[in-house]
Amino acid sequence: MADIAERSKLQAAMEPRGARPRHRFSRRNIFIYGTLILVAVYYLIPLYVMVVTSLKGMPEVRLGNIFSPPMEITFEPWVKAWSSACTGLNCDGLSRGFWNSVRITVPSVILSIAIASVNGYALANWRFKGADIFFTILIVGAFIPYQVMIYPIVILLREIGIYGSLSGLVLVHAIFGMPIMTLLFRNYFASVPEELFKAARVDGAGFWAIYLKIMLPMSLPIFVVAIILQTTGIWNDFLFGVVYTRPDTYPMTVQLNNIVNSVQGVKEYNVNMAATILTGLVPLIVYFVSGRLFVRGIAAGAVKG
Amino acid sequence: MTSVSIKDLSLEFGAVSVLKDLNLDVGDGEFLVLLGPSGCGKSTLLNCIAGLLDITDGQIFIKGKNVTWEEPKDRGIGMVFQSYALYPQMSVRGNLTFGLKNAGVPRDEIARRIERAANILQIEPLLDRRPGQLSGGQRQRVAIGRALVRDVDVFLFDEPLSNLDAKLRSELRVEIKRLHQQLANTMIYVTHDQIEALTLADRIAVMKGGLIQQLDEPLTIYNRPRNLFVASFIGSPAMNFIKGKIVEKDGTLVFRASELDISLASYEAQQRPASGHSVILGLRPEHITISDQPRPDGRSCAATVDLEEPMGADSLVWFKLAGKPVSVRVDSGRRYQPGEKVFLTFNPAMASLFDAETENRL
Repeated sequence: MADIAERSKLQAAMEPRGARPRHRFSRRNIFIYGTLILVAVYYLIPLYVMVVTSLKGMPEVRLGNIFSPPMEITFEPWVKAWSSACTGLNCDGLSRGFWNSVRITVPSVILSIAIASVNGYALANWRFKGADIFFTILIVGAFIPYQVMIYPIVILLREIGIYGSLSGLVLVHAIFGMPIMTLLFRNYFASVPEELFKAARVDGAGFWAIYLKIMLPMSLPIFVVAIILQTTGIWNDFLFGVVYTRPDTYPMTVQLNNIVNSVQGVKEYNVNMAATILTGLVPLIVYFVSGRLFVRGIAAGAVKG
Repeated sequence: MTSVSIKDLSLEFGAVSVLKDLNLDVGDGEFLVLLGPSGCGKSTLLNCIAGLLDITDGQIFIKGKNVTWEEPKDRGIGMVFQSYALYPQMSVRGNLTFGLKNAGVPRDEIARRIERAANILQIEPLLDRRPGQLSGGQRQRVAIGRALVRDVDVFLFDEPLSNLDAKLRSELRVEIKRLHQQLANTMIYVTHDQIEALTLADRIAVMKGGLIQQLDEPLTIYNRPRNLFVASFIGSPAMNFIKGKIVEKDGTLVFRASELDISLASYEAQQRPASGHSVILGLRPEHITISDQPRPDGRSCAATVDLEEPMGADSLVWFKLAGKPVSVRVDSGRRYQPGEKVFLTFNPAMASLFDAETENRL
């Protein structure tokens, strides 16, 4: 009897039933994970070299083994990069540039997003006369190369009297962020059901009441996307920074360039690496903190255009 | 007394004319249904009444006041949308109070109106929930509540039940009807569902191509459709149409289509068609009867069963007459086999006769 039961159980095991068995080391898995690991390593090696080099002292750097881990870990290059590296005339490191960049980025991001979100809302929900033409011009604006406009803007800022000041650069960033930010917000607000907007109008809400009380609370994801895009974009900007500011108001990126490309004395690779990482830290942190929201916001805006 | 009055309303989007010289008077406390296929302009008309669309020409009066240029909030209307359109980040209470706060209604008045609306719609336990936590039926109830608290004369419904499943739809349909009896407000209700239209309406306006085809009480629309479109749009299963000619036989008019002769002696024609006129005869499936024996007066004709569709309470039996499929509604007690020979009798008093050219009722 037991024998028969055993056999029928065996037979049942042969028959396909339930979840399909998965092989961990199938050819497919090896290929997928192999590729992923390879690509990840390829992208991480430069970062690894930077971190490792920044933790070495100059004698060790001169040995030339860029892949070897530091024999003696030192944070000296980091301290120097932050507080005493020389950029042109000033020798107070990147700290000055960092605060300049903060003073540029924060108002630029707030200003550009505040204006662009209202723009996008007006374009998506209030079909005013000439809205289509306005939108077309805005989109074309996104495709004009910045270089063309650099000098005219220099003149413009000079005439207004804010050339070389931080507020001048903030204005430039806010303007250049406008086309893509408006497009982003317009597409998001266009995906909000129109009936919601109609219901609010029947309820007696006007332009600003609908924007502030109905649309804003619904659009956190797209605001996160906009903040990330603008923060990284403005923080990483070099061209506008070098053109529209003076040495004492240089943003961090320009200062970094000045440290790395300074010609006097020895090339301090460890300090350069530390300075580079410090400069890239802000966008990096922004991504890590809000990456999940970023993906959700992008997906939300992409559903309807 | 009229509650909503529309005079010579036209709406054009660029070169496209959506509504043409439309006139409509809705009585005080009347339940009017705008019915038609999608794209017929019924929702557009409702949006024009609400003031959500700017019209090209004409006038709109609500309670005798010309509101043509008024904002939606000043028109004395409340609106319920197909997708509920509840503000997702506000609680049910917040949704209900939003409009009242915008209008600057005092606090105790707001509380009183919300209590009343919640009581009527039985949504008291839901007041502190978010719309996302409600079922479809509850959401639509809240949406109706939002119109209710506005304390308005006219309610506009834009396909409010289309997003609900069949069972809930019939439940809420009854509730809306009860609500109308209780409040006695004027209601204008847009739908493409003829059952909703027939059950709810005091009057139905059947629309097509931006024009009102017929504006009548539900039974008149059903029994005496004014043209071929209304006849074919209303009724499920649909009306049978047979093309033929009018001939005169022994002083009475007879409808003739190939081998088929139907006497029109009992048909009340609005205008007596001339002999030889091309016409289309419309007969609803329930106005044809099946018998096993020919009638002694010779008014029945022989036919062969093509197909039987049992539908529960009754069955639909299909025949081919004059080359066209014709359906007959019968009691489901007796089954019919394909190929079975039976006799059909038509009830010309309940028939509709249309001019083949103008498609208007004769």
